[in-house]
Amino acid sequence: MKDFIIPDRDFGTPAAKSKQMVTLSIDGFDVTVPEGTSIMRAAAEAGIQVPKLCATDSVDAFGSCRLCLVEIEGRNGTPASCTTPVAPGLKVHTQTGKLKQLRRGVMELYISDHPLDCLTCSANGDCELQDMAGAVGLRDVRYEAVDTHFRARNTSGEANPLYIPRDDSNPYFSYDPQKCIVCSRCVRACEEVQGTFALTIEGRGFDSRVSFGAKPTMRWRRTASPAGLAFRPARRRPCRKSRSSRSARPRTP
Amino acid sequence: MKIYIPLDSAAVALGADALAAAVAAEARRLDREVEIIRNGSRGMVWLEPLVEVVTPQGRIGFGPMTPADVPGLFADLAVHPKALGPVEELPWMKGQTRLTFARVGIIDPLSLADYEAEGGLSGLRKAVAMDPAAIVAEVTASGLRGRGGAGFPTGIKWKTVSEAVADRKYIVCNADEGDSATFADRMLMEGDPFTLIEGMIIAGLATGATKGFVYIRSEYPVAIRVMEEACRLARAAGLLGGSVLGSGPAFDIEIRVGAGAYVCGEETSLLNSLEGKRGVVRAKPPLPALEGFLGRPTVVNNVISLASVPVIFEKGAAFYKDFGLGRSRGTIPLQIAGNVRFGGLYEVAFGLTLGDIVDGIAGGCATGRPVKAVQVGGPLGAYHPRSEFDTPFGYEEFAGKDGLIGHAGLTVFDDSADMLKQARFAMEFCAIESCGKCTPCRIGAVRGVETVDRIAKGDAAAIPLLTDLCVTMKSGSLCALGGFTPYPVMSALTHFPDDFARSKEAAE
Repeated sequence: MKDFIIPDRDFGTPAAKSKQMVTLSIDGFDVTVPEGTSIMRAAAEAGIQVPKLCATDSVDAFGSCRLCLVEIEGRNGTPASCTTPVAPGLKVHTQTGKLKQLRRGVMELYISDHPLDCLTCSANGDCELQDMAGAVGLRDVRYEAVDTHFRARNTSGEANPLYIPRDDSNPYFSYDPQKCIVCSRCVRACEEVQGTFALTIEGRGFDSRVSFGAKPTMRWRRTASPAGLAFRPARRRPCRKSRSSRSARPRTP
Repeated sequence: MKIYIPLDSAAVALGADALAAAVAAEARRLDREVEIIRNGSRGMVWLEPLVEVVTPQGRIGFGPMTPADVPGLFADLAVHPKALGPVEELPWMKGQTRLTFARVGIIDPLSLADYEAEGGLSGLRKAVAMDPAAIVAEVTASGLRGRGGAGFPTGIKWKTVSEAVADRKYIVCNADEGDSATFADRMLMEGDPFTLIEGMIIAGLATGATKGFVYIRSEYPVAIRVMEEACRLARAAGLLGGSVLGSGPAFDIEIRVGAGAYVCGEETSLLNSLEGKRGVVRAKPPLPALEGFLGRPTVVNNVISLASVPVIFEKGAAFYKDFGLGRSRGTIPLQIAGNVRFGGLYEVAFGLTLGDIVDGIAGGCATGRPVKAVQVGGPLGAYHPRSEFDTPFGYEEFAGKDGLIGHAGLTVFDDSADMLKQARFAMEFCAIESCGKCTPCRIGAVRGVETVDRIAKGDAAAIPLLTDLCVTMKSGSLCALGGFTPYPVMSALTHFPDDFARSKEAAE
């Protein structure tokens, strides 16, 4: 219950176990963390929050949302801080003009495929998607989206084949495909934490959707952890119980 | 009488199988002894099916042949209407430096004896006597870089795998050749499979890997058949198996067939697919060289990279490195396609200018109209206008023009091409082929198509939005699919702004 009232800080990626310590600089602050720690987690430990949606410290880094991009002096491009490990002497910048533009660009894409019903949404005020839209300064979506997953009917009034109605058939969870951002947190928690492998992503590209195997609804599947939820976009981290089961799970190499 | 008729897919598509049947039937009718050898293609696709007859004057070519031209092959060859003269003397062949493709089209692809007679296995014999570090050093010294498109130095990749400590290591050959206008991998596998096998074995010797996979796209049934048969023959000859050439360590090769996803040509997706998983991109690090197939150190190299290794050992790294310009060493098999008079494969040292290739070798457009643009490097490569035709063919040179050489496929367009449509096609391609993992590619490509459509309808405000989207996709995407889609889009927009404004005028 405590987690729901005072959520723990989410460091973005699981803690590294190495005894070897590494010191690097993030936004001008020296940070010392165990070898193998992600740049995102190192930043979080220094009190620097890098924007993120798909990362959470109870499952392994995935690198899909592309909000946590950073710049590293002497390295090309903008690597994702969740999947990039620390290295001695790195000089990392988490806030630059380029990163601001990229994050806003990514967020604009997310919101172009998301209903703008924040005021009537039950997650209002407790929604990572909403938080991140604010954090990256998104004020306007310039796309005139034709293909979406959230409109029941397309612009010419025909039924939208991409639209899947909300699934409330399971007594414990609901899945609202209109609000799902396909961050795969539920799929990964179901695999990595729960060891159930009941969820997967089906389809490719824009058609990628969380899927419950061949069965039509969730009622028939055991997705016993709250982490298995996709009912609100990247909203809340899994509870402690699931984290302890994580270490007990035999891991395939 | 010995007659060569290609088994190459391009030749077969143009009627080579029917031609082979017609030759056999005609020989039976005339009661003549004819040995038909199904070889690889010489790479002159406009002459396919190209039939070669062995004569005392050498191999005389006839093409493009039809079954009606077959009886003439049994009469006076000099007066045959499709006679081309000695194939080696044709300008297309004489201009080339064939190192990787030295044997393609010349030998029977499935004859190890032919292969050895033309220099095959001499590289492996040298490598098998060297220690792994020396093999890696030789490849590094050759300057060979990844021919799949990324241009990463092959020697450095091998060194990483060689020095990694693991119970098992793997060599994976990326033969998921999905780029439009590319066919070098296919031609090599169909025309000279043992070169690839030899290159993979040398990679195994260098890195300590004992198992190799060739991941071939399902669209290449002939290449799959030839490679499988070649592996069987290599195993029977002791080339593959418990001990390479009877003295080396174990190495074996397995052929795996893809399921039709373009993104599985991306190395981490390919590894996922090889493991039987969804073909989605993995984040790097960890690099496949350290944690690749089944989490083990894995060399993932393109067909042409691996097939260029035997010649490096046969003739020496210094010999190979002598060709090329700047940091692009050796030769590159150019694949010329699209609206050209002479299309096909042309292997040459790096450094020819784009103009030399398009106007010279390819002979301009097949339609006779002026060349408007050339897309270099497949569907994710930039469109280059005539003003960039002085660019020498090399990795850095094309990067300097906001382009890439990719897998060295060139698609030529004449002045009737609408570059706005081509920009839309690039976004559409990305939308269809996206694995769906990262946001810039998954949603961005779909929005890209819609935004180009807005521009086509005359909405000028959508142009800066398209530019912004390209920035997000280029720097934000997880892999090169989303990351390179902006190349064709932005090059079309930058070099051919009229095509993006014309529709606006029409709307007004």
